[in-house]
Amino acid sequence: MAQITTLASAVRDLVHDGDTVAFEGFTHLIPHAAAHEVIRQGKKDLTLIRMTPDVIYDQMIGMGLAKKAVFSYAGNPGVGLLKRMRDALENGWPRSIETEEHSHAGMANAYEAGAAGLPCAIFRGYRGAGLKAVNPNIRSVVCPFTGEELAAIPANRPDVTIIHAQKANRKGDVLIEGIIGVQKEAVLAAKRSIVTVEEVVDHFDDAHPNLCILPHWTVTAVVVVPGGAHPSYTHGYYARDNAAYLAWNEISGDRDTFLAWMKANVLDVGPDVFAARVEGLRK
Amino acid sequence: MTATSDLGFTPDEMMTIAAARALSNDDVCFVGIGAPSAACNVARLTHAPDITLIYESGTIGTAPEVLPLSIGDGELCDTALTTVSVPEMFRYWLQGGRIKTGFLGAAQLDRFGNINTTVIGDYAHPKVRLPGGGGAPEIATSCGRIFITMKQSKRGMVETIDFYTSFGHGEGGDHRQRLGITTAGPALLVTDLAVWKPDPVTKEFTVVSIHPGATREEVQETCGWTVRFADTVEETPRPSALELTTLRDLKERTRIAHQGGK
Repeated sequence: MAQITTLASAVRDLVHDGDTVAFEGFTHLIPHAAAHEVIRQGKKDLTLIRMTPDVIYDQMIGMGLAKKAVFSYAGNPGVGLLKRMRDALENGWPRSIETEEHSHAGMANAYEAGAAGLPCAIFRGYRGAGLKAVNPNIRSVVCPFTGEELAAIPANRPDVTIIHAQKANRKGDVLIEGIIGVQKEAVLAAKRSIVTVEEVVDHFDDAHPNLCILPHWTVTAVVVVPGGAHPSYTHGYYARDNAAYLAWNEISGDRDTFLAWMKANVLDVGPDVFAARVEGLRK
Repeated sequence: MTATSDLGFTPDEMMTIAAARALSNDDVCFVGIGAPSAACNVARLTHAPDITLIYESGTIGTAPEVLPLSIGDGELCDTALTTVSVPEMFRYWLQGGRIKTGFLGAAQLDRFGNINTTVIGDYAHPKVRLPGGGGAPEIATSCGRIFITMKQSKRGMVETIDFYTSFGHGEGGDHRQRLGITTAGPALLVTDLAVWKPDPVTKEFTVVSIHPGATREEVQETCGWTVRFADTVEETPRPSALELTTLRDLKERTRIAHQGGK
């Protein structure tokens, strides 16, 4: 049953050291505010699952929260490489991390299998791909009907999934629209979930009947954080802050610059700063 | 195919335009970000207005006014016929065999169209950690055919790639069939200097046309393997005024849009 609460208490109660945590949002609706709260609370030894580790994973890895990253594309979208993640992988700074690398098809299938309560995902994938040789979790099964060999990987079953969405109603039902990514699957695959939203409304009366809705009984905590996806965007609320993604390339390029930025913009502030960050991006 | 133009153009512009020409009006195309995205949208804005462009964020039939910075920009969703979830995109549309052409870029490429976007150096101890495959490993095997576009360099076009992110023709010949892959694989490579097609038997990329102003020597000097040229090597038709204007306008709209952070 969804509880409407504060970000600090949702993260304190639902994210534990050593947890496997999925932060999802496929370019759109990336839960930046929630990731910053996890960094402020200094959660440790997390296994971070995310299809596209971008700025938030660069920040969490750079602050030493992660022991392992499970992913399928690690880049700053449209800009370049993730410099903090690279520093961890290439130089072990601030700590070395393990990785488990998949393709997007693999990750999407693994979430869907998790949501479906299956132990593994089966699909036509990884043919001729080098990942098979470096990721022991990529295996195969033979179709009992046709004899076709298919890829099999374990289902994604996070302890906690954290997403951002447009809105919730007072019961905690959550509405997501636009590029919906894997958010529904990631929440349904997880034991617990935190959803930050732009606003809480009385009713979804105007919603199209096929919009993506997570019923309140599938969500553990709902938190109102206006602007909580910035510099990602929220369809219908504000645009992507492309300039901030470009700026991250510079900020993340140097350890000291990174740490100073994190102190000023994450550690020393709270989730309330996000509303102002999107003010100039609202439509 | 296109009228000769008196306008000047850069090798990059020639690359994008030559790549755009390879797409047809009835194509259903899975678009990679970067150079492929520019080429696909130039095709849509010139000779292929009805082309279906699909980005891995789930947007089907998208018609962006400016080039997206990421595969999931709002512009793609706003202009799409429909937007589906990412699992649906990969299961029904890609794996289901609905997509005719996959258009990919490459960090490292070999003569058989195998692509590396994962690591330079050893996987466990990389010299450079690249972003990884994203959608590409399955795009490379599930789309009907693959087009590749990249700028030529000895670092990029290599004898042996460091990691098989996306399988092309493997060691050449019938290697795809031997792995049970039923799609055609790499069918076209467009660089800033030339257009290449795989040899029908060996599957090695072979230069079929050289862009105006470029030479065989340049093509060889910027490629890490010994280049094979077709028996008859044509000159790539110059960009038309319409193609150039379309590309430049698109780039300019894109520059302005992304500069403003909107």
